[in-house]
Amino acid sequence: MTTPAVPPSVDETLALLGRGRYVADRSLATAVYLSLSLRRPLFLEGEAGVGKTEIAKVLAEALGRRLIRLQCYEGLDVASAVYEWNYSRQMIEIRLAETGAESRDTVEDEIFSERFLIKRPLLQALEPEIAGAPVLLIDELDRTDEPFEAYLLEVLSDFQITIPELGTVKAAEPPIVVITSNRTREIHDALKRRCFYYWVDYPSAERELAILRIKAPGAAETLSREVVGFVQKLRTADLFKLPGVAETIDWAHALTQLDVLTLTPEAINDTLGVLLKYQDDIAKVQGSEATRILEQVRAELAAAS
Amino acid sequence: MNAPTVLSNRPGSGRLLENLMYFGRALRAAGLPVGPGKVLAAVEAVQAVGIADRSDFYWALHAVFVNRRDQRELFDQAFHVFWRNPQLLEKMMGLLLPEMRSADAPKGEEMSRRLAEALHPGQDEAPDERPREKEIELDAAMTFSDREILQQMDFEQMSAEEIARAKQLIQRMPMPLRDVATRRFKPDPRGARADMRATLRAALRSGGLLALKRKSRRTRPPPLVILCDISGSMSRYSRLFLHFMHAVTNDRDRVYTFLFGTRLTNVTRFLRYRDVDIALDKVASVVEDWSGGTRIGQCLAEFNRRWSRRVLAQGAVVLFITDGLDRDAGAGLGPEMDRLHKSCRRLIWLNPLLRYEGFAPKSLGMRAILPYVDEFRPVHNLESLGELVSALTRPASRRLDAAAAWRERGEAA
Repeated sequence: MTTPAVPPSVDETLALLGRGRYVADRSLATAVYLSLSLRRPLFLEGEAGVGKTEIAKVLAEALGRRLIRLQCYEGLDVASAVYEWNYSRQMIEIRLAETGAESRDTVEDEIFSERFLIKRPLLQALEPEIAGAPVLLIDELDRTDEPFEAYLLEVLSDFQITIPELGTVKAAEPPIVVITSNRTREIHDALKRRCFYYWVDYPSAERELAILRIKAPGAAETLSREVVGFVQKLRTADLFKLPGVAETIDWAHALTQLDVLTLTPEAINDTLGVLLKYQDDIAKVQGSEATRILEQVRAELAAAS
Repeated sequence: MNAPTVLSNRPGSGRLLENLMYFGRALRAAGLPVGPGKVLAAVEAVQAVGIADRSDFYWALHAVFVNRRDQRELFDQAFHVFWRNPQLLEKMMGLLLPEMRSADAPKGEEMSRRLAEALHPGQDEAPDERPREKEIELDAAMTFSDREILQQMDFEQMSAEEIARAKQLIQRMPMPLRDVATRRFKPDPRGARADMRATLRAALRSGGLLALKRKSRRTRPPPLVILCDISGSMSRYSRLFLHFMHAVTNDRDRVYTFLFGTRLTNVTRFLRYRDVDIALDKVASVVEDWSGGTRIGQCLAEFNRRWSRRVLAQGAVVLFITDGLDRDAGAGLGPEMDRLHKSCRRLIWLNPLLRYEGFAPKSLGMRAILPYVDEFRPVHNLESLGELVSALTRPASRRLDAAAAWRERGEAA
């Protein structure tokens, strides 16, 4: 099997994402193409559920590379992001060495060798692979704290990691890095400066319908249209958390599961929890408001056809 | 696989490179963080996508120059002005040269205020700290008894001179928030956990003997979000609070400040200027609703929708400074307070009206706020500000408990 090469143009990138069943804007494809061809990280920012993480997954699959995912959280440190020594094995080794006649220096060299190193995502991403450099997904970077961000700065600019006991590990071929952020805080400019930035917006109705056709093929065409119309209307409403594309897809799946062929106020009320995740928002939309929006959507769809 | 080098084998590409550099400079002048590195990156990016497709060209530059969502509009405007109208470009570049700075603004209708301002760089920021000698001098000028009186005098009754002195005191007020535990560790000989890595390294150095090294959790002050009312009824206080907020902002990281009257303004960026006068000037120039009415509910709704997820995400403490007098009589305030309370670590309401003996929270606005605050404190003189500081340092009581007495009083009234 030959692994697909990095696309040589924006059009090819768009086609590549399409083959990975990702419906992308040309603007996004441009950013992805730049990141692939100039080998710089791609920094994706946007609301939750607009498909940021998906881009990395699709890239890995379409390019036939390994996907290495680093999920960020507050307090993420070197031990869980980069590497850790296998302490229990090291202790056993020391015990064994005590009974033997090895000198201390040999033991030291021995127990701080790669054999006792537990590699975490960042270090794994620097290792050479047969299929080509892996795709490194650094997910929800905004969840971690500034010290880790500063550490990342060094890794992402030189693609090398220094382990005091072992030396410097440098990637033969830099990995394809995709960083996502939900913007629960601003990421420092120094990091963003090293990346290509793209703000992933909610899709237009047309694109969202295209996404639904691919991701929820089981849903009836009229249902899909109504679902997209309804969600697009909701996004203009005054809600605490607007539904993302992920919610649209989930909702279409849920309605299909319930054998709904066309939206009804009852069906909406029963399944609204799939779409909206805050009780205040649900209370606001449930009942008469949902009916009103649905009527509006129906009228618009009728006018369009 | 090499990127197609469209530019290098095309005559006249030098012109484009030059233009890219000018474009970078124009963006920098408009306030985007654009350095030479970015311009080089832009050249690379344009070489990679080529210039055949205008939209690709646009998005390639976008990917390089834009770093934050709110920079998109500015970039968009600058792009269209720059790459469509070379005359305007020349005019802009002329204005960028220092000796040609003129006072009249270019009246390009489509240009944003910031972009227009960028072409007329006004006073340079001078974030110099005030010399230390000056402070010492002031110390000497203010006797102890002077300070004592100032401590207890109500902000509202202060003369201009007294206010000026109070500001000096506020500037030096410490703001130690009680630290919260993080998930990181630091070496600590009395720590509760074993630090295996340090232990093993030490063991090798000392020759096989395992002396257990320990570590404990690192702590760090939580982020602080200040929401301050600047409506007419608060006007006597809000000036001094601004000094307080400026001192806090410059004292520590992760402080976010919002002012509200009839609309919400994020002034965090302006308060970061080291010089308090420059900072407050900047704040005054962006806030449009000084000393007007108050729409607490509406402003909070905006805060919750636009900002809460961005500034409250890491367990922030919220200082909510208002007298609770609301033009909309508390309409829609309850649910928004509820949401705010649920999204933060601790919600502290500072109310200057609390100084009056026998004060009971009776107005509709106050009644809507009170059920959702964790603490309710007066803030009307320097002493109460000082008390606030010590309250924030103490271990916190259970949420909502500290304001319970006030709730009862409010219900009885």
